[in-house]
Amino acid sequence: MLQYVVKRILLFIPTIFFISLIMFFILNVLPGDATTMSGGLKRQLDEQTTANMRKQLGLDQPLHIRYFKYMKGIVKGDFGKSYLRNESVNLLISERIMPTLQISLAAILIAVGIGIPLGFISALKQGSWIDTLSMVTAVSGVSIPQFWLGLILMYVFSLVLNWLPPQGYGDGGFMHMIMPSVTLGVGYMALIARTTRAAVIEVLNEDFVRTARAKGISELAVNYRHVFKNTLILILTTVGLQFGSLVGQTVIVEKLFSWPGIGSLLVDSIFQRDIPVTQGCVLVIIGVFLIVNLVIDLLYVVIDPRIKYTESNR
Amino acid sequence: MKNSILKIKNQPNLVIGGFITAVIIFMALFAEVLSPYHPVNDADLMVSEEPPQISYLMGTDDQGRDILSRVIYGSRISLSIGIVTQLMNTIIGIIFGLSAGYFGKWWDDFVMGLTNIMLSIPSMIFALAIMALIGPGLINLFIALGMTNWAYTCRITRSQVLFTKSLDYINAAKALGYSNTRIMFTQILPNILGPILVIGTLGVASAILMEASLSFLGLGIQPPDPSWGGMLATAREQMFTAPWLSIFPGLAIFITVLGLNLFGDGLRDILDPHSYSKIK
Repeated sequence: MLQYVVKRILLFIPTIFFISLIMFFILNVLPGDATTMSGGLKRQLDEQTTANMRKQLGLDQPLHIRYFKYMKGIVKGDFGKSYLRNESVNLLISERIMPTLQISLAAILIAVGIGIPLGFISALKQGSWIDTLSMVTAVSGVSIPQFWLGLILMYVFSLVLNWLPPQGYGDGGFMHMIMPSVTLGVGYMALIARTTRAAVIEVLNEDFVRTARAKGISELAVNYRHVFKNTLILILTTVGLQFGSLVGQTVIVEKLFSWPGIGSLLVDSIFQRDIPVTQGCVLVIIGVFLIVNLVIDLLYVVIDPRIKYTESNR
Repeated sequence: MKNSILKIKNQPNLVIGGFITAVIIFMALFAEVLSPYHPVNDADLMVSEEPPQISYLMGTDDQGRDILSRVIYGSRISLSIGIVTQLMNTIIGIIFGLSAGYFGKWWDDFVMGLTNIMLSIPSMIFALAIMALIGPGLINLFIALGMTNWAYTCRITRSQVLFTKSLDYINAAKALGYSNTRIMFTQILPNILGPILVIGTLGVASAILMEASLSFLGLGIQPPDPSWGGMLATAREQMFTAPWLSIFPGLAIFITVLGLNLFGDGLRDILDPHSYSKIK
């Protein structure tokens, strides 16, 4: 078990290495750096100032040396310094990570809390109007552009009904969180509902379910003890894999609602060509995604005692 | 033949999705005939931000351009991006997947390692990073989206090849002295196209959504070209004063993606023997 965890964590290294290598070289080879661009605008500076700035930011050194320096920092957990703001990338990211976690966790709660029951009921009542309705909802949820849904919600709940603040973080309270979280959660919820339905239908046809029914235990007990527990692994896998698309959507939803999270930091840094911040955000986001999937892999063991990560099956 | 027609009739997903997709394709092909105005040049500031009415069925934008015409022309951009990028993904996925499954050994390990890395990067973040590197624009969108989503196709192709390559007719082809390339592309590939097609259809849908998202952030198609995501990006500020600017392009994206998703689901039910809904 421990061996497996260590092995999985070691596998993070090539992934992070590959991504950082590509990003670093292309980002730094591109024309235009912090000395010529600022806040998305072209900067006109005389040669001496530019040279000084480049020296100050360490941009006058050869590329491979800069890369080694950068990677040395990463290993120590230091993402470097922002070109534009006189602050470390670590500080910028740490300021922004809480708001992002807030809405992503809320979105996951919404998605799991509604998606699993919805899929479960559809599967048990296959072919009924409830099934049709929830599957139409699910396929719509997968297809709807999230930012458009957000705009419509804004229009209805802020302008027409005047119930919710249209955008911004405010005090970070519940009212401000509702719309971003719902917008973010809908697509994820739909995916979970679809997977749950498919998984439950598959399990319902297994022999052990028939046996359980034949034993005469109540339908509720069959559904919970035999069906639900056996579908959990499939559902969990989807939750983990699709977490990536949730992360991607965070970027758009945060931008739409002017939510001060890591996604909007990423987009802003891209427009400002603040390379260290862009790199830092991407690496942190991918790191979180990798860790979440590792945790889910480990949860399998808790849920299903039949699964063991030993030397023999790896 | 009769059997397969019956099969299709029993698939409401496939029929509805196929119909929607056909309408969108028709719209894209005949945009010049269908749209009442030119999407870019027919700007008339005298009629800016008019709500929907008889002469402008979907209203006009802040420069007095007809939204309906822009939505119709927008289908060209969305569809071409969806189809071209998914084609690129499919080709990359097939080449890697076929060769990895067929040759095995270190090449297989390498390809699987690569797909592992690709799958561990959220594709939106990857596309965003590439667009940040190479800048906005149509060709760049092709590159960014055409390289980020091939891992699933590759995995599926590989697993299908592993199964197919031990079958008798492949051994027969080998005995006949066919070259490896010929066996891969003329003997194996045609027999495993079903699942690849399903993934491809769903991939077109997700590529359209990604393009819209990137254009919405300002990293995709640049104005004045009528892209649905780009129209939404500029309409955002006028959401409260002129909601029709946002409603119709968004609806167009929604319906197109919905159609493709339904079509893909229906295809899977027919083509994929492991499909869940067959069990019914």
